[in-house]
Amino acid sequence: MDRNLKIRKIRELLDAELLCGEDQLDREVYSACSSDMMSDVLAFVKDQAVLLTGLVNPQVMRTAEMMDMHCVVFVRGKNPTPEMVELAQSSGIVVMHSALRMYEACGTLYSAGLNGTKVAAE
Amino acid sequence: MTDAGINFHFDVDGEDFSSAGAASVEVKKNLRQLGFPPDVIRKVAIAMYEGEINMVIHANGGTADVFVLPDEITMVLRDQGPGIADVSLAMQEGFSTARDNIRSLGFGAGMGLPNMKKYTDAMEIETELGKGTKIVMRVKI
Repeated sequence: MDRNLKIRKIRELLDAELLCGEDQLDREVYSACSSDMMSDVLAFVKDQAVLLTGLVNPQVMRTAEMMDMHCVVFVRGKNPTPEMVELAQSSGIVVMHSALRMYEACGTLYSAGLNGTKVAAE
Repeated sequence: MTDAGINFHFDVDGEDFSSAGAASVEVKKNLRQLGFPPDVIRKVAIAMYEGEINMVIHANGGTADVFVLPDEITMVLRDQGPGIADVSLAMQEGFSTARDNIRSLGFGAGMGLPNMKKYTDAMEIETELGKGTKIVMRVKI
């Protein structure tokens, strides 16, 4: 069943620490994607609102910005640099990090009703 | 906006991977201010972003020019890099000549050029080995 989740709920489910975007926590999101390859994220525009990644460099924030995403979750305890958090702040993107591994983090959100997006056949 | 349109020019720094994409962010902001529809803005931004990343990864930087008209946005990316040996191969999803250190940065998956083509209505590549590459992309409004 598809469900909208508040970003606040995502934070709670993933036991994540919030790094910026507190004022956006009540925003509702309805889909997510996960990858460490940013070109794969860029390949499928389907209004994904949340990106889960273990990649740490400023291009994660630029990719999220290009895709109009609302929230980036760093998994496996990865910590973005202050420069990255600044980039996210300037784009109004919520950033958090969770100790969960990618598989667990995705499974947790999927089970809570946050769906991925189907890749349409070309 | 006048019929003559609005142009933006950017120098893409080939030395600094972390700043790659800055021009695309700027274009996105400008197009938003000009009131273009969000899906058009996203297509332009993603295509230009992939182009910028390519210039940094493969060609030590270059220039990006964006020409904005009421009915069409044109992006012209120029570099003086090594050129593309086999354009049809480079257009295949998954084909990449990027080194492993680029993959560890989240790129080099062989999706750059295919993504650029996918998000634009027309794309032309002029390339010469040892001289450089010019890519023209158009997005219709």
